[in-house]
Amino acid sequence: MSASESLFDKLWKAHVVQQQTDNTPAIIYIDLHLVHEVTSPQGFDTLREHGIKVRRPERTLATLDHSTPTLPADSEGRRPYVTEQAHRQVQKLETNCQEFGIELHGWDSPWRGIVHVMGPELGATQPGMTIVCGDSHTSTHGAFGSLAFGIGTTEVGYVLATQCLLQNKPKSMRVNVDGELPKDVTAKDLALNIIRHLGMNGGTGFVIEYAGEAVRALDMESRMTLCNLTIEAGAKAGMIAADETTVDYLRGRPKAPQGKAFDEAARRWLEFRSDDNAVFDEEIHLDANQMRPAITYGTDPGMSINIGDNIPQASNTSQQKALNYMGFNGGQSMRERQVDVVFVGSCTNGRISDMRAAAEVLRGRKVADHVRMLVVPGSEAVRVQAESEGLDKIVIAAGAEWRLPGCSMCIAMNGDLVPPGKTAVSTSNRNFEGRQGAGARTLLASPATAAASAVMGRVAGVADVQSLQEAV
Amino acid sequence: MRAFTTLTGRVLVLEQQNIDTDQIIPARFLTATDFNGIGEDLFYDWRFDKDGNPAADNRLNQPDARQSPILVAGHNFGCGSSREHAPHALMGFGFRVVISSQIADIFRNNSQNVGLLPVVLDKDQHEQLLTMDGDDITVDLGKCEVSTHTVDGTEHRWSFSIDPFARHCLLNGLDRFDFLMQSDAAIRAYEARL
Repeated sequence: MSASESLFDKLWKAHVVQQQTDNTPAIIYIDLHLVHEVTSPQGFDTLREHGIKVRRPERTLATLDHSTPTLPADSEGRRPYVTEQAHRQVQKLETNCQEFGIELHGWDSPWRGIVHVMGPELGATQPGMTIVCGDSHTSTHGAFGSLAFGIGTTEVGYVLATQCLLQNKPKSMRVNVDGELPKDVTAKDLALNIIRHLGMNGGTGFVIEYAGEAVRALDMESRMTLCNLTIEAGAKAGMIAADETTVDYLRGRPKAPQGKAFDEAARRWLEFRSDDNAVFDEEIHLDANQMRPAITYGTDPGMSINIGDNIPQASNTSQQKALNYMGFNGGQSMRERQVDVVFVGSCTNGRISDMRAAAEVLRGRKVADHVRMLVVPGSEAVRVQAESEGLDKIVIAAGAEWRLPGCSMCIAMNGDLVPPGKTAVSTSNRNFEGRQGAGARTLLASPATAAASAVMGRVAGVADVQSLQEAV
Repeated sequence: MRAFTTLTGRVLVLEQQNIDTDQIIPARFLTATDFNGIGEDLFYDWRFDKDGNPAADNRLNQPDARQSPILVAGHNFGCGSSREHAPHALMGFGFRVVISSQIADIFRNNSQNVGLLPVVLDKDQHEQLLTMDGDDITVDLGKCEVSTHTVDGTEHRWSFSIDPFARHCLLNGLDRFDFLMQSDAAIRAYEARL
């Protein structure tokens, strides 16, 4: 190995089946293909049309997450699907997995969950891998030092059939976050700060490696949150080199190697890191010490401010359109904004640490009367763990709803949605117009900020809730 | 895949920057298990009010919209989700080409895979095109060139670059799938080393 390669260079090189030429892209081997109900049906149809099987069913793993209801089945086992079509889509994946011999974590699996929560929990996501899924937030898995990115449905078909993809090598960027994050600044805030700096398209054409003291200090769930949001800066993938934190997380997980094989794998995993003199097409440095809890105010994830700041003035027509949609005026204080709905969950912030952070704020407090709050664990494993810690009881006692795992209100495909014109503080990943329901206005923030806003009934940070308590 | 060689047709301009795939096709239309008829739901929340009535002032509801095969959109088109429903919906509506000054990675890739031609032009060229709503222009993939014929007689010929393999597949109507299937020996050799 020549000593000037980046983590991305090493991952790329290890997976080249056929080199890129002037006229043809490289063929890249895919180690793990994650599948869900929304973007896969037409991919399976491709196999049927050509009369072929799934090339590597053992490298393919499926779950149900997007179109699934988060309310329980009735006494006769009927689940409250939003439409019969949503139900049929789920059934289609069930039949496809059965027909093609793919492991599906469906309704009866203790591992069912949002695809980007489930993969790591199972230990299926491992350093050094290439991982794809018909979902842009596949970048989440880069937290393990893997090359992970979202693909379209045509490519889902290609991977099912050949376990390969055609790819031109993207450019590389290293985002160094130096220093130490203040105690109340979470990975979500860090990510929003980075996207604000890069802009929602600043990463287009790039693969990003996150590095620096503040990144190394993050636990695995925080790293997943950070890598998850990489696509919101337009980048293809985000990654963090594996270290002891990564190895510790994976030890003992069902799909990770066990015993001696684990130690051997761990040694190999730790080799996937950028050499000291690795060169990147772009490199930036950000100061963690300067970062504060953030919240979005516009209709793309790059439009965020620190919670205490005022809404900036629009500098072009697209920004003005965003402010109009959100019902904001430039110069307005964020804290004035009344909140109608609060959502804690999603592949960004639906893990156990997110549930704990929200519950910690809700403990002994009440959600404001006019606020509807939904807390949706990212997976069955998260739900079971949270319930064993009594987090569900805290959530329910505060007047919020505790639901079954799924993508839920992040993408609003399953009937969990924000009504037109209403404002939601959401721990999800996209504040696009109508993302959480037609006409919905989304403010993206961390679980702690979301819970604090639910309690206060307006946009608030955790410190606001605490000072309220002291005043009482 | 349907081949794309050259096309002369009307431009439809959507000036807004950062048009994401949730705008192009809202998520609630993603529960279908095929892409048939998805063009009817294109930009649904822009084209229809909350009662499902067409929004009269929307450009996409004007009579010529579905006879305009060339969409010229603001900077950073197609960002967000990986849903391939987005290029399918654009094609179902009648578009064959999308031109912008930046096109998001996954959307661009998906478009090339389904036969919608993504064209990225320089900022000043793009700005000129944004003023040509309703004009006829020619997009020639063989020459990698966009040419305009405006009423006052000015003519522009702007070349664009595109991944050579994507161009080859689009020009010849070839499915990339066949290329991958023909690479079976290389895939086997790789797998033997795993």
